[in-house]
Amino acid sequence: MQTIKALLFSSLLISLFACGGQKSNDENSNNENVLSGQIQIDGSSTVYPITEAIAEEFRAEAPEVKVTVGVSGTGGGFKKFVRNEIDINDASRSIKDSEAEQCKENGISYIELSVAYDGLAVLVNPQNNWLNDITIEELKKIWEPAAQGVIMKWNQIRPEWPAEEIHLFGAGTASGTYDYFTEAIVGESGASRGDYTASEDDNVLVQGISSDKFALGFFGLAYYEENKDKLKLVGVNNGSGSVLPTMETVANGSYAPLSRPIFIYVSNKSAEREEVKAFVNFYLDNVASISEEVGYIPLPETEINKQKEKFNSFLAGSNYTK
Amino acid sequence: MNKTREYIIERLLFLCAAITVFTTISIILVLLVEAVGFFQEVSIIDFLTDKEWTPLFADKHFGILPLVCGTLLTTFIAISVALPIGLTIAIYLSEYAPKSFRKIFKPLLEVLAAVPTVVYGFFALLVVSPFLQKFFPEMSGFNSLSAGIVMGIMIIPFISSLSEDALYAVPKSLREAAYGMGSTRFQTAFKVTVPAASSGIVVSIILALSRAIGETMIVAIAAGQQPRLTLDPTVPIETITAYIVQVSMGDVPHGSLEYKTIFAAGITLFVFTFILNNISFYIKKKYQEKYD
Repeated sequence: MQTIKALLFSSLLISLFACGGQKSNDENSNNENVLSGQIQIDGSSTVYPITEAIAEEFRAEAPEVKVTVGVSGTGGGFKKFVRNEIDINDASRSIKDSEAEQCKENGISYIELSVAYDGLAVLVNPQNNWLNDITIEELKKIWEPAAQGVIMKWNQIRPEWPAEEIHLFGAGTASGTYDYFTEAIVGESGASRGDYTASEDDNVLVQGISSDKFALGFFGLAYYEENKDKLKLVGVNNGSGSVLPTMETVANGSYAPLSRPIFIYVSNKSAEREEVKAFVNFYLDNVASISEEVGYIPLPETEINKQKEKFNSFLAGSNYTK
Repeated sequence: MNKTREYIIERLLFLCAAITVFTTISIILVLLVEAVGFFQEVSIIDFLTDKEWTPLFADKHFGILPLVCGTLLTTFIAISVALPIGLTIAIYLSEYAPKSFRKIFKPLLEVLAAVPTVVYGFFALLVVSPFLQKFFPEMSGFNSLSAGIVMGIMIIPFISSLSEDALYAVPKSLREAAYGMGSTRFQTAFKVTVPAASSGIVVSIILALSRAIGETMIVAIAAGQQPRLTLDPTVPIETITAYIVQVSMGDVPHGSLEYKTIFAAGITLFVFTFILNNISFYIKKKYQEKYD
């Protein structure tokens, strides 16, 4: 008796599910061509929040398309991009010559689309009451390769600061944030000291700085926006006064040199696929509102339109070569 | 018919045993081959004497010392926590506790070893570190002290359970003789039973040590990721295992020198645990007291 009941019940369930499936299929087939397939995205942890938010919205729009977004750092993502393992790379810096070269060797052409601005924030622990703004020279003194094993205490930077060990936290070598920071501060991309906590995962850096009174670190402004209560933002002085990174100062360029555009890279082979095309168009349509939501500085509308045009002509071009 | 069946079963059993040996040998081979590739590019003297470890940066240094130092520091802290507590528990359970209590308590204690290490890691980072910071406000959130303490808690069952087994195995006649001479319980425990079981206790400590040296998740989460040659337990450090995790999670191209560093680090780790295991084997064989 029991088993019969169970059987009846499960068959009832199955038929219910079957009906449900039927219904949604019907709904979908009302749209003329249902997009399906898989879009693989990887790259910068700085761009990740924007891309992930857009991917989520896109899932509602085209539920049959699977969009996966990884976080290997800009350099890590490009390594996969040049091997054609991913469709789109999130990048917090422009492609390097060496990477462009590899694309060429593998017969991949690509397009760079800027999607938003980001500021690189310099951060300390909220308990830090001695540091409110820092000059570019001081940052350089802390982070340059020659500082390794030498600049170990706060008072070596300014004598009035405490005679305590300085604990440094920063982006790892595979991240575009690292390349950008070293270029802007030290003057040479990839040149820095090596004795600091280096992680591609910004959450590790947030955790480290927020729990260490003598910490100093840097990462993308958006991660500060998410963790405002745990961190203290430091103003950066480039010679014309101390400037805190905000929506305004990053967008108008006065927070120099630590503000930068961030990009997505799309390869030609992937852009030929309908679902990728739709996704990139969806991306450009929505990036302005979403980037503001997740803590980035949106591009002005004219700039976005330029990127759209750029993408369309890229599509035309890649179709032509086919 | 029966004979062939028997034969097949025997072969199958042999195969199962061979698989474990084969796996060990292939792991050692892979480690060796990749490490040889590494040492062709980096001199072993630099590897053992350089005081900096920055293989991922432009100015590369390949001194394993900071990583070894971090590993030994966390292990030392762990064993300083686990040894007194574990041994006390073992002596209490075997010499003092009523049998029924021992029956319930011992399995409960072993649950400690069954907690996933990732849980221990977050426990260290989010509970122990903030708690310690109440006493040492200068302390970093990532530090070897909290990672070491939590690792110590994790390895308590290794010491307590194995030591307790050793103590429990000491023949009753020895204890009775001690009581007969007028010893108190305390005297019997520390002057007779513990020395008689000492080889088993030492082996349990060594096993706990090699578990602590190889422990990965706790230190990767809570001890930091900054290779540093220091004995200060309040600052971020990096252990050999945490480095291997950091590099294998990132995107280091296969075959590059950076990639080979994980095998060099791995073989260093292997040498440590290998030596410890051999010491424990030797002690077990040489010093085990026989009472027949």
